[in-house]
Amino acid sequence: MANLLTLVAKEIRDSYRNRWVATAILIMTALALVLSFIGSAPVGSTSISPLTVTVVSLSSLSVFFIPLIALLLSYNSIVGEEERGTLMLLLTYPVSRIWIALGKFIGQLAVLSLAILIGYGVAALTVVWAGDLAFGQYDWGVFGKLILSSVMLGAVFLGIGIFMSSVLKESATAAAWAIGIWLVFVVLFDLGLLGLLSSPAANYLPDMVVKWVMIANPADAYRMFNLATSEDTALLSGMAGLRADQTVTAEVMLSVLMAWIALPVLAFCWSFQRRKV
Amino acid sequence: MKMSIKPVVSALGVSKNFGQVKALQDVSLTLGKGECLALVGHNGAGKSTLIKILLGLIPPTRGMVHVMGADVQKRGFKKCRQHIGFLPEQILFQKNMTGRELLLFYAKLKGAPGSQVNDLFRKFELEAAADYRISTYSKGMRQKLGLAQALLGEPEFLILDEPTSGLDPMARQKIYHILGEEKQKGTSILISSHVLTEIDDRVDRAVILNSGRVVGDGTLTGLTQQLAIQSRIVIEATPAACERIKTVFAHELDIQQTTQRHVVIHCEQARKVPILNSIYALGIQFSDIRIIDPTLEEIFGAYMHMDRGGANG
Repeated sequence: MANLLTLVAKEIRDSYRNRWVATAILIMTALALVLSFIGSAPVGSTSISPLTVTVVSLSSLSVFFIPLIALLLSYNSIVGEEERGTLMLLLTYPVSRIWIALGKFIGQLAVLSLAILIGYGVAALTVVWAGDLAFGQYDWGVFGKLILSSVMLGAVFLGIGIFMSSVLKESATAAAWAIGIWLVFVVLFDLGLLGLLSSPAANYLPDMVVKWVMIANPADAYRMFNLATSEDTALLSGMAGLRADQTVTAEVMLSVLMAWIALPVLAFCWSFQRRKV
Repeated sequence: MKMSIKPVVSALGVSKNFGQVKALQDVSLTLGKGECLALVGHNGAGKSTLIKILLGLIPPTRGMVHVMGADVQKRGFKKCRQHIGFLPEQILFQKNMTGRELLLFYAKLKGAPGSQVNDLFRKFELEAAADYRISTYSKGMRQKLGLAQALLGEPEFLILDEPTSGLDPMARQKIYHILGEEKQKGTSILISSHVLTEIDDRVDRAVILNSGRVVGDGTLTGLTQQLAIQSRIVIEATPAACERIKTVFAHELDIQQTTQRHVVIHCEQARKVPILNSIYALGIQFSDIRIIDPTLEEIFGAYMHMDRGGANG
C-alpha cells in the first residue's frame, strides 16, 4: 500500500514537472472563464440562474475537452516508460504490476480532477461575483453534479488511454490510437447516430434501441446526465421536451459511467499483467 | 558465521524461443556468493534475454532458474527482489526529476532508508549534482546515478547490463572501484559486456555466449588454457643478441623477428618462466623485455571463431 502511494506521488510529480498540471489547469480555467462570461451575458433577468447556464455550456464543451486531455495524459504512460527503459527497471523492484498500473491511473486522475476543480471553481466564482444573487441562492447541486460527472468522464478516458498504452508497443502508435478513440467516442459516434436517425432506416429502429445505444457511449451518458436530469438544465438545452419513456434516470447514467470506468481499469490491470518486457 | 554453499544463481538447461528464433539454447550457469561473473557475447548473443530470465521478467521456454534459493517463476521470488540490484543496459530516467528525487523514489520502493541516498551520492561523487535535474547530467553522471540506484538497499546480488559502455576511462575506473568494494562486502555480481578489455582484472569467471549457447565458462586462465592461446614475450636487444636468441629457440618455439632489434616468442602460458630463465642463462644484454598474456579480447575472439558445434556439450 505504501508502494502504491509512492507510485501515485511519482506520477503526480511527473505530470507537474512535465507541465501537464499547469496545462490542464490552464485549459480548463480558460474554457470555463470564457463560457461563464459569454454564457451569463444574454440571460438577463430570466428565472434561471446564471450558474446553471454556465453548467450547460461547460458540459457541452467539456464533453470534447475532458476526454482529449485524459487521453493525452495517459496514452504514453506505459509505452513511454518502456521506451525509456524505466518500465523494465520498475518491474525488477518488489512492486506488483497492478500497483504500477493503478498508481498511474490514480495519479493522473488526481491531476485531472485538480484541473477540473480549479477550472470550474474559478468559473463558478466568476459567475457568483458578477451576479447579484446571494451565494446560497445558486443551484450548487447542478454544479456539484457537473464536477462529479466530469471527474468520472475523465476517469473513463484515462482508463481507456492506459489500457491502450499497456497493449501497444510504440508510443507513436499509441498517440494515433488516442486521437482515433477520441474521434470515435466524441465526434463520430454522434454523427453516425444522427446519420442513422435521419436515414430511412430510422423507421425500423425502435426508440428504445436508439436511447440505449446512445447512453452506451460514456460521452453521451455524461452529456445526458448533466443536461437532462435537472429541470433548469433540461429547459436550457432543449431536453425538456422529452417524453417520459425517452429519459433515463440519473442513477442509470451514473452506472453507465461507473461501468465505463471499471471496464478499462480491469482491462489494463489484466493486459499489463500479461505484457511482455 | 556459516557460509551458505548454495549458489546465488543457478540456471539449469535454460532455453528460450521467440517464435522460430532460438534466443537461448540449453544454457547453464552458476554464480557463487561474492563471485563476480562476466557474461560476454556479441550483441544479440542472448545476454539480455538471459538477464531477463534471471530477473524473472520472462519465463524460460525450458529449464530451471533459481536465484537466492527461490524459483524465479514462483510468487515467492517477489520477496527476493528487495535484495537484487539491477542496472538495465539502456535507461533514460525522467529528465525533469532531480537525482535526489529519483533515488528517493526508488529507495522508497525498495524499502531502503533515505539516508542511503546521501551516502550513495557521496560514494559516487555526485553530491554537487544531487539537486539538479537529470537533464543537466553528463552520460557518465547518469550511469553513476543508475548504478547508485542498483546499490540501494544493499543488495546481495547485482546485475549490471553493460555498466561501462560509452564511458571515459576515469568514470569506468570509478565504477569498477565501487564494484570492487561491493564484492568485498560479499555481494555477488553479474556483469554483461561485449567490451572485454573493460572487465579484465575484476572478474573471477567469464561465461561466453555465442548465438544463444554457452561456448566457454571458466576463469580467465582456464579459458585461455582450454584454447591454448599463447602468451608473447617481446624482447628488445641488439641485432646480434636477437640473432642469438633466435638460433637458440627456433627449433622448439614459434619465434619471429619483427624488427632488427625486436624478437617475439610465442609460447604457452605455462612455459613463460622456464623460457625466461633460459634467456637469462644466455647472459646476453637486452634493453627491454615485455610479457603479453592473451587478453580477454583475444580469448573471446578465439571462442567466437570456433565453430558453433564446438561448444563442449
